[in-house]
Amino acid sequence: MQKRTIVPIVYILFLMLPIYWLVAMSFKTTNEILAGFSLFPQTFTLENYQTIFTDPTWYWGYINSILYVTMNTVISVAVSLPAAYAFSRYRFLGDKQLFFWLLTNRMAPAAVFALPFFQLYSAVGLFDTHLAVALAHCLFNIPLAVWILEGFMRGIPKELDETAFVDGYSFPRFFATIFVPSIKAGVGVAAFFCFMFSWVEMLLAKTLTAVDAKPIAATMTKTASSAGYELGLLAAAGTLTIIPGAIVIWFVRNYIAKGFAMGRV
Amino acid sequence: MKTENQKAWFFVLPVLLLVAFNALIPMMTVVNYSVQETFGDNVFFWQGLDWFEQILRSDRFHAALGRQFLFTFLILIIEVPLGIAIALSMPRKGIWVPVCLVLMALPMLIPWNVVGAMWNIFTLPDIGLLGYFLNHVMGIDYDMTQDPLAAWITIVTMDVWHWTSLVVLLSYAGLVSIPDAYYQAAKIDGASNWAVFRFIQLPKMKTVLTIAILLRFMDSFNIYTEPFVMTGGGPGNSTTLLSIDLVKIALGQFDLGPAAAMSLIYFAITLLVSWLFYTLMTKDDLN
Repeated sequence: MQKRTIVPIVYILFLMLPIYWLVAMSFKTTNEILAGFSLFPQTFTLENYQTIFTDPTWYWGYINSILYVTMNTVISVAVSLPAAYAFSRYRFLGDKQLFFWLLTNRMAPAAVFALPFFQLYSAVGLFDTHLAVALAHCLFNIPLAVWILEGFMRGIPKELDETAFVDGYSFPRFFATIFVPSIKAGVGVAAFFCFMFSWVEMLLAKTLTAVDAKPIAATMTKTASSAGYELGLLAAAGTLTIIPGAIVIWFVRNYIAKGFAMGRV
Repeated sequence: MKTENQKAWFFVLPVLLLVAFNALIPMMTVVNYSVQETFGDNVFFWQGLDWFEQILRSDRFHAALGRQFLFTFLILIIEVPLGIAIALSMPRKGIWVPVCLVLMALPMLIPWNVVGAMWNIFTLPDIGLLGYFLNHVMGIDYDMTQDPLAAWITIVTMDVWHWTSLVVLLSYAGLVSIPDAYYQAAKIDGASNWAVFRFIQLPKMKTVLTIAILLRFMDSFNIYTEPFVMTGGGPGNSTTLLSIDLVKIALGQFDLGPAAAMSLIYFAITLLVSWLFYTLMTKDDLN
């Protein structure tokens, strides 16, 4: 045990404290929460979770969120793969400008786009569908996916492509059976980031939906404002939103450091 | 080297179409609003550049912009050195590495409105863990809904909690890519810890730190959901950052013209500062 390991331990404790408090709250009854401070749940209850799992307005929030996040991840990675290949292998007219323009879309505040997005998706008849949210999230996820994949693809020597073509592979066959498998880690990381940013973004998701595709955030906001102060229920709903992210991150744990570096180390 | 191939455009086309659909059409809507006045009923009048002039001269905009720059400045000055320090003290190999990384990344995977709600619950004066501790154990009078300074400290702490791990993970990725031979050579030369950091570790982290600083700048400059859930911009206007003010104008007062003009100015500032950062940090590579 070295002295310096104390730093990451203290940091992780600091990260876990608010999460612990949220989880602890979720096992308390509303009465206990409002009665006063208690470090551990005194009257341990699963009532809050029971409400969420039995009330369709609650659990459909999670299903809706997972549906549009999955759609967005599939679309973003699928269209970004060929584009990243083009950026990593070829020079073409306006390539640098196009790459920079893609990245600028990450800089636009979502608040700026909320209202125009609502009008655009209403006009094309997609308002309140999962597809609308999935497509809207492409705005910031595609640039990110292209950026990450391009970083990973640059690390694959060009000789791989050339050898395959000499061996008589057609481009689609080479791409699908040799090239993409060789950057598996990159694809996993890109998918993870698309999932993550689509999962955490709630402003656009709320703006673009009303009833049928309503994300979990909208249900939570309604509870927070209307039903007085149902803190326990709110805490349980919040706790459940952490789980999908935690599961997904476990799958990419070995690539996570490199993934955050967009493949550029 | 890359070969010249104009057909590569076909590979980029799907991405281009999808992003353009999402970026250009809403952007044109914003530009359209920014030069017109409306009294409802879809009746618009040409307004020229008046809104831009009005926004650029308004004290309210200057105040929100000032708060925004202060917030982003605090975030960068705290999170970047802290993130590097934590990355330096992390183990390089062993079973604890993935555990550390997963736990550290966890805050980034929580929906932003939940982060806001979580910090609200955490800081409630009498029943939140932090609020109770400060008020009843430390004896500090703490209530972020009343005290602007407390509100500021809370939102900055929240962001440090939320995003420092991004800097940690990026720096860590840079550090593990350094071959052991570098450290051995430094040891033989009798280099100090500072010299190892300055001449071996920092240069190796440069690319990833550029990404970290750029991402942290963009995201903290555009922050909306978390402070909105936590303070709603208050107490008073003390934590009304640029996005919060923008949404107040656009959706609260429904002043579409000024809101659109403000959006464009806001976007232009983000672009300009990002470009400056990028140019400054990659200047040495070009020479």
